[in-house]
Amino acid sequence: MQAPKWLNIERRPIPSGRTIFAVSILAIVAALIVMGIFFATYGVSPIRAYGSIIGGALGNWSGFSETLRRMIPLLLCGVGLTIAFRALFWNIGADGQLLLGAVAATGIALFSGLPGPLLLPAMFFGGFAAGALWGVIPAVLKVKLGINDVITTLMMNYIALYVVLWLIHGPWRGPSMRGYAYTDMFPLSARIPTIGQSHVHWPTLVLGIVLAIIAYIFVNRTRSGFETRVVGENPHAARFAGISTLKTVVIAMLISGGLAGIAGVGEVAGVHYQLLDPTQISMGYGFTAIIVAWLARKNPLAVIVTSFFFGVLMAGGDVIKVNLGLPYELINVFNGVIMFFLIGSEVFMNYKISIRRH
Amino acid sequence: MIELRGIVKRFPGVVASNGVNLTVHKGEIHCLLGENGAGKTTLMRILYGLYQPDEGEILLNGKPIRISSPRAALSYHIGMVHQHFRLVPTLSVAENMVLGLDEGTGPFLNYRQTYKKISQIAEKYGLIVDPRARVWQLTVGQQQRVEILKALYRAADVLIMDEPTSVLTPQEVGQLFSTLRTLVDDGLTIIFITHKLDEVMEISDRVTVLRKGKAIATVNTPETNKAQLAELMVGREVVFRMEKNEVKRGERMLVVDNLHALNDRGLPALRGTSFDLYEGEILGVAGVSGNGQRELVEVLTGLRHATRGRVTLEGKEMTNRSAREIVDMGVAHVPMERKTMGTVPNMTIRENLILKSYRQRPFSHGMFLDNKAAEENARRLMNEYQIMAPSIDTTVKVLSGGNIQRVVLAREFSGDPRLIIAAHPTYGLDVGATEQVREILLAQRDRGAGVLLISEDLEEVMTMSDRIMVIFSGEVMGIVDAEGAKIEEIGLMMAGERKQGVESASTEVA
Ligand SMILES: Nc1ncnc2c1ncn2[C@@H]1O[C@H](COP(=O)(O)OP(=O)(O)OP(=O)(O)O)[C@@H](O)[C@H]1O
Ligand SMILES: [Mg+2]
Repeated sequence: MQAPKWLNIERRPIPSGRTIFAVSILAIVAALIVMGIFFATYGVSPIRAYGSIIGGALGNWSGFSETLRRMIPLLLCGVGLTIAFRALFWNIGADGQLLLGAVAATGIALFSGLPGPLLLPAMFFGGFAAGALWGVIPAVLKVKLGINDVITTLMMNYIALYVVLWLIHGPWRGPSMRGYAYTDMFPLSARIPTIGQSHVHWPTLVLGIVLAIIAYIFVNRTRSGFETRVVGENPHAARFAGISTLKTVVIAMLISGGLAGIAGVGEVAGVHYQLLDPTQISMGYGFTAIIVAWLARKNPLAVIVTSFFFGVLMAGGDVIKVNLGLPYELINVFNGVIMFFLIGSEVFMNYKISIRRH
Repeated sequence: MIELRGIVKRFPGVVASNGVNLTVHKGEIHCLLGENGAGKTTLMRILYGLYQPDEGEILLNGKPIRISSPRAALSYHIGMVHQHFRLVPTLSVAENMVLGLDEGTGPFLNYRQTYKKISQIAEKYGLIVDPRARVWQLTVGQQQRVEILKALYRAADVLIMDEPTSVLTPQEVGQLFSTLRTLVDDGLTIIFITHKLDEVMEISDRVTVLRKGKAIATVNTPETNKAQLAELMVGREVVFRMEKNEVKRGERMLVVDNLHALNDRGLPALRGTSFDLYEGEILGVAGVSGNGQRELVEVLTGLRHATRGRVTLEGKEMTNRSAREIVDMGVAHVPMERKTMGTVPNMTIRENLILKSYRQRPFSHGMFLDNKAAEENARRLMNEYQIMAPSIDTTVKVLSGGNIQRVVLAREFSGDPRLIIAAHPTYGLDVGATEQVREILLAQRDRGAGVLLISEDLEEVMTMSDRIMVIFSGEVMGIVDAEGAKIEEIGLMMAGERKQGVESASTEVA
C-alpha cells in the first residue's frame, strides 16, 4: 500500500507528552462520534444521549455519587495494571483478583472473630494479600515455565468466579438469607463508612488516590520501579544488568493483584456489605480498568483522571437505561470502541503524519 | 545519478543534517565518512524514505523525486542495509526475503520460486546462504548477506550500507568487498558508511566527509590519503599514536579451568577452555567468530550456565554465579550487542548510565533512587566520554550508533572495575573515539584491572594486548606474548592448529 502523494508519513521515535495527550483526546472524540451513530440507530439523538449521560452522571449528587462509586474500583485496579503493564506483564485477570479480595474480606468480616476496630484494617490487608496471591501465581508460571500470561490471568478470572459462586451457594450461604445465595450481612464494624446515604465509601477512594501517588513514586523514584521499567522495556538488558526478572515481575503482580484485591474489599465492605453474585460485585471493573490504564498511558497519576472518566460512563450507562430506555450494554460497546481507537491511535503517536506542503 | 541538494533535517535539540549536498554517480562506490553523530545515518535514512527532509531536494537522474517511505525508495531501486539489522529471527531466510512483498501469488507463497530466485542472486554475487535456515541460527556475517540479498531481491540498484563492516570478521570483510565489486561491475551503485580509513582507501571510488551535519568535502579516493581524510573529518590534524606503558603484571586474578558450556542450539561451544588472566594485563582473545567467544563471555558474566569447569576471580568462586553477583564482584562487561543488551533504548542516558550501579550508593538510598546523584554522574560521564546528545534526559534510542556505544563504555568503565570483559569495544566508533577507548583500556590496565579483550579486529588485538590467546572450536590453541607475536602463527592457531606444547584442552596453559 502506497501512501498518497499528499501525505507525509514519518516515524517519530519519541512522542512528546503533548502529542500523547492530543492523540488520546482524539481517540476519545472519535469513539464518541462512533457511539453517536449507535445511539442514532436506537432513534436517540447522540446529543441527547450524551447530554443525558453527562447530566445524569455529573449533574446532581445522586448521579455524581454513582460516578465516584464506579471510579473507586477502576482507580484501584487501573493503578495496579499500570505497574503490571510496565513490567510487560499482560494482566487480564484484575477481575478475578478483585473477587479474591472480596472473598478474603468476607471471610474476615464474618468468621475471623476479630474485635471490631481491627476488623476493617484486617480486611483490607487480607484482601490485598488474596488479590496479590491470585496475581503472583500467573507471574511465577510465566517467568519460570514460560506460560502465556494473557491466558493464565484470563482463565484465573473464571476460577475466582466459581470460587465465589461455590462459597455463596455452599459453605458461606447466609443462614439469615432464607435460602438466597448471599452471605450474611457484615457486622457494622466491618462496613466502610460512606458519604451520607450514597455508596461512596470515601476511605477507599482516598486510599486509591494515595496509592496512585505512591505507585507514581514507585515507578519513577524507587529501585524496584527502575527494575520494573528495565524489565518491561528490554528484558535482555535486565538480564545483563543482573536484574531478576522473576523478582521484578512478582513484585509488579503483587502490587497489581493486591490493588485489585483492595478494590474487591471496597465493593463488599463499602457497597454490598455481603458477598453475592460475582457479576454484581464486579460488573467487569477488572476489564474496564485495562482500558483505564491504557488510556492513562501507564501513568498511575493519570489513572485518577481516566478512572473518573470511565466512572462517568458507567454511571451514565445506568442513566440512559432508565431515562432513554437504552440497554446498559451500550456502555460495554463504548468500551470496546474506545479501546479500538486507543490502539489504533498509536500509529499517530509513533508516526508524524502531515499534509505535504509543496 | 543521485543528487541530494541542501538537505536539512532537524531533531529536537540537534540539526542532524545542515544543508548537505551530495552527488553519487552511477556505478561507483561512494564512502561516507564522519565522526559519531556527524549525520551519516540520518542522511541515508532520508534517502531511504525513513525520514522526510525539512528542506532540500533529492534528484534521481536530474529529476526531482520525493521518497515518502522505504517502499517508495525501493520503487526507485534504492535499498538499504541498516546499522542494526531488521530481520525476523524466527523466520527463515526465504520468509524474510518475501516479507512485505506482493509477488502476485495470491494468499500463498511460492517457496520453490523464491528459493530459485534467491539462489540465482546468491550465486551471481557470492552471497551464499541457505534459504531454508532460520535467521537466528545464522552468524552476523550471514545475516548481513541476507540483508544484502533482501535488497537485491527487491531489485535495488543503489545499495546503501550503514557500517556494514563493523560487525564482520576480517575474512568476512574480504568476502563482502569482493561481493561489492561484482555488484558495481554489474552497474549497481553503492553508498558505504564506515569509520575505518583503510576500508575507505581500499574499496571506494570517491569519499564524502561529513562534519556536524555538513558535507565538508568530496574527494576522489586515489587523490587522497588517510591523514587528509582524518583531518577533514575532525577538523584538525590527527596523530595516530598510542603510548603503551610497560606491562606491570600483578597477581593472578582470573582463573578459568576446563570450562565447558553449550551454545543456544545445545551443542558444545566451550570444550575445556582454560587460561589465567593477571592484574594489570590485557589478554586478547583472537579467533574466527563462532568459536566459543560469545559463550566464553557469557559464562564469565553469569549469562550462561557452565556445564563443567571452574572460574575464580581473585580466589573467589565465580562459577555459575548470577549476573548480579558477578556485577557486584566488580566485573565490567561491554557486550557485543550494544543496542539489544547493553542499553535500554527507551530510557534516558541518565538512567542507562546507572543500569548497573543503581543499587549502590550514591545512586540509591534504601529503596529510593537518588536522581541528583544519577544526574551528576550523567553530566560527568557525558563530558568525559564526549557523548553527543541534547541533554542527559535524551532517550538513548535516538543517539547515533557511536554515541550509544559511548554510553555503554562510559557506564562499564566507571566505578573502577576489577575485571573488564570487553567484546568489540571500538565497534562503531570513529577514529578519535577509537583511540580514546584504547587509551582508556590501557589506563584501566595500568591501574591494575585485568582486561579480557575480544575482538574480530586482529590488528586491534595485536596492538592492544599483552598476551594473545587464540581459541578455536571452544578450545584454547595457545597463548603467546603479543610482543613479537607473528601474524602467521596466530593465523595458524585460528585455523585450529595447536601451539607446540599445548596438548589437550584441559591442561594448564601459561
Ligand atoms: N530520531 C532522532 N531523534 C532525535 N535525534 C536524532 C534522531 N536520529 C538521529 N538523531 C541525532 O542526530 C545526530 C546525527 O545522528 P546520526 O545517527 O545521523 O549520526 P551518524 O553520523 O550516523 O553517527 P555514528 O557514526 O555514531 O553512527 C545525532 O546527534 C543524533 O543524536
Ligand atoms: Mg550511524
